[in-house]
Amino acid sequence: MKTILRFVVALSSAFAMLPATAALNVFACEPEWGALAQELAGDKVSVYFATTALQDPHRIEARPSLIARIRSTDLLICSGSELEIGWIPLLLTQSGNPKVQLGSPGYFEASQYVVKLEVPKVIDRALGDLHPGGNPHVHTDPRNIARIAQALEDRIVQIDPANAESYRSRSKSFLERWQAALARWEQQAAPLKGVPIVVYHKDFSYFINWSGMREVGSLEPKPGLPPTPAHLADLLDRMKIQPAKVIVYSPYNSPQAAEFLSSRANIPTVMMPFTVGGTDKAKDLFGLFDDTIGRLLATVK
Amino acid sequence: MHRKATMALAVAAALGLPHAARAQSQDELRTLREQVRQLDRRVTDAEQAAIQASNRPASESTMNPAVSVILNGIYSNLSQDPNTFRINGFAPTLGDVGPGKRGLSLGESELAIASNIDHHFRGTLIASISPEDSIGVEEGYIQTLSLSYGFTIKAGRFFSAVGYQNQIHAHAWDFTDAPLANKVFLGNQLNEDGVQLKWVAPTSLYWDVGIEGGRGRQFPAGPAGGRNKNGVSSGNVFTHIGGDFGTGIAWQTGLSYLSTSPQDRTFDDLDSTGTGTIVTNSFSGTSRLWVLDGILKWAPNYNPTYTNFKLQGEFFRRKENGNLTYDTTAASLGTQTGGFTSAQSGFYLQGVYQFVPMWRVGYRYDRLNAGTTSNGLVDSSALTAADFPILAPYNPTKHTVMVDWSPSEFSRIRLQAASDKSRSDVTDHQVFLQYIVSLGAHGAHKF
Repeated sequence: MKTILRFVVALSSAFAMLPATAALNVFACEPEWGALAQELAGDKVSVYFATTALQDPHRIEARPSLIARIRSTDLLICSGSELEIGWIPLLLTQSGNPKVQLGSPGYFEASQYVVKLEVPKVIDRALGDLHPGGNPHVHTDPRNIARIAQALEDRIVQIDPANAESYRSRSKSFLERWQAALARWEQQAAPLKGVPIVVYHKDFSYFINWSGMREVGSLEPKPGLPPTPAHLADLLDRMKIQPAKVIVYSPYNSPQAAEFLSSRANIPTVMMPFTVGGTDKAKDLFGLFDDTIGRLLATVK
Repeated sequence: MHRKATMALAVAAALGLPHAARAQSQDELRTLREQVRQLDRRVTDAEQAAIQASNRPASESTMNPAVSVILNGIYSNLSQDPNTFRINGFAPTLGDVGPGKRGLSLGESELAIASNIDHHFRGTLIASISPEDSIGVEEGYIQTLSLSYGFTIKAGRFFSAVGYQNQIHAHAWDFTDAPLANKVFLGNQLNEDGVQLKWVAPTSLYWDVGIEGGRGRQFPAGPAGGRNKNGVSSGNVFTHIGGDFGTGIAWQTGLSYLSTSPQDRTFDDLDSTGTGTIVTNSFSGTSRLWVLDGILKWAPNYNPTYTNFKLQGEFFRRKENGNLTYDTTAASLGTQTGGFTSAQSGFYLQGVYQFVPMWRVGYRYDRLNAGTTSNGLVDSSALTAADFPILAPYNPTKHTVMVDWSPSEFSRIRLQAASDKSRSDVTDHQVFLQYIVSLGAHGAHKF
């Protein structure tokens, strides 16, 4: 009898219920949105970070642990624009949770609230893994963070009106601090204007657009396809005519291809934080842009 | 539009008139008027352009569901004649379990159409078009979206949640063919007409429980097509738990129990007279199948882009109890019926490793255990074991290796070699070279 009891206790602790005390369970598809939710809602939310900076958000396994989390989620925050098309739809249909289905208040796509870049004119799989709605990596432009923060604030208030006052005042404070930081970053990033850059994947397009840098090539031959020796050789030839100053990649990319090109073209590589948690300094959204700009300035100088 | 023009004038007035008042010449005034008119036209044009850009062309096709097509083709080199394929020791399933045709052939093409129907339901149709020009419904079901508390209901035809691999579409399998255990216990792949209720627990560890009721249209139920009766002819209960471990391992394990009552489930066998006469035997009774499955996936930091590893295995155990009728058409020694019980099992274990982007290698080991069978007709000496050659105890085994190359998420080319001891007397050495591609909507693959 005692053993049975002990077994039951062990089992029930393994199946521990998810925290029900926090007002809102937030499922953040990417770390930047989890960080933003924490800025806007503080301890009124319990944020689950579904992915880390070391994962390629295009290629996530629909793991059982993710289904279990979505089951109890009140608000799902994703980039959208088909970034998560390989995993989120599956999690949603498996979760049995109507609160976060497409069209419900609990389903929030950040990219819907900003102007998207690189909306393809021609859509064909022969062109690689295209996003018909435009480039989904919208968070790399700090101005977009402010726009999305306002939309997210409204959404959180809609879902949890009881704590509206707290959300409104936190958001106001965040946006004020963000505008101040934005002014600082604009000054700091001034020397980056016009600097030619080679990217690994087209995940910095919004940052490049904001900072006025110039993208002159990408290591991927086509979006989503891994670098090939032939493409790198081709890129190297092009860089002789149109030289770049720096090669950037994300923490989830293997540095090999970037280093190969770097040693041949004699220009530095920089691992950008890309998202919150991507580097030690990118602890939150402010740190993300501080470190992104800082790392680029250090190499471009 | 009128308001815009007025506004443009007002703006011009505010900015321009102080100068105009001072303007002595009529010419200057005329120039200003012309500038305002031009400004007004540009504002109107820009407004029109913005309206046009924000309106998508209206068309009946904007609500089209997601459509995707799977194409696959195969070259098979088989050392044994595929027409003599059998898995000795186990009652044939009448399913499509053989290794296919020799030489070049088109595989089954798949057409998948899926979409949310409204805020309550999602619909999926997956049609398979066989190279023999026939169309079959592989899956066609609706699924609820709006039930709360972790419940989902599926209704229609769907791959039964018995074991792990049974629910995965053939194009997403890691090997060209199904494991031997799936072939003998589920007739390759069991898709049932029925209803499934599933509940996901509100725990951080993934836990689901589900139940299915169906018409029993396929092996292990019978007869083929299902019984002519009201109610439910086949039941399946299942549960899975799963979670993460460390910084790169995801796992899931499941247990399912499929219970059916076959009625006149037939299979063909060779008689013992030596004349090559085929006899049709039939089984009626109960069939109970337990499946224990496990899957473990590893990828450094859960990023499978560069390297990843997948370990998958299932253990099947089946007990059947009822009556076996020999030679139902009296083609050989005459129709006779006796009691029949069997307890049989089988398993497979496979590992697939992606060692560099795009390239994977895999190995699978299959083994079946014919177990214990008690045949009343043989025990009472009415017939002999030689009258049931396919049921003679034999433990089939198979070794399979494969290497595949996936240049993108949408295409894969695979080379597979196997040494198949399904037949008790000979080993079939099989080589397959296969392509599998998907066109259209981006699919999402189950864990």
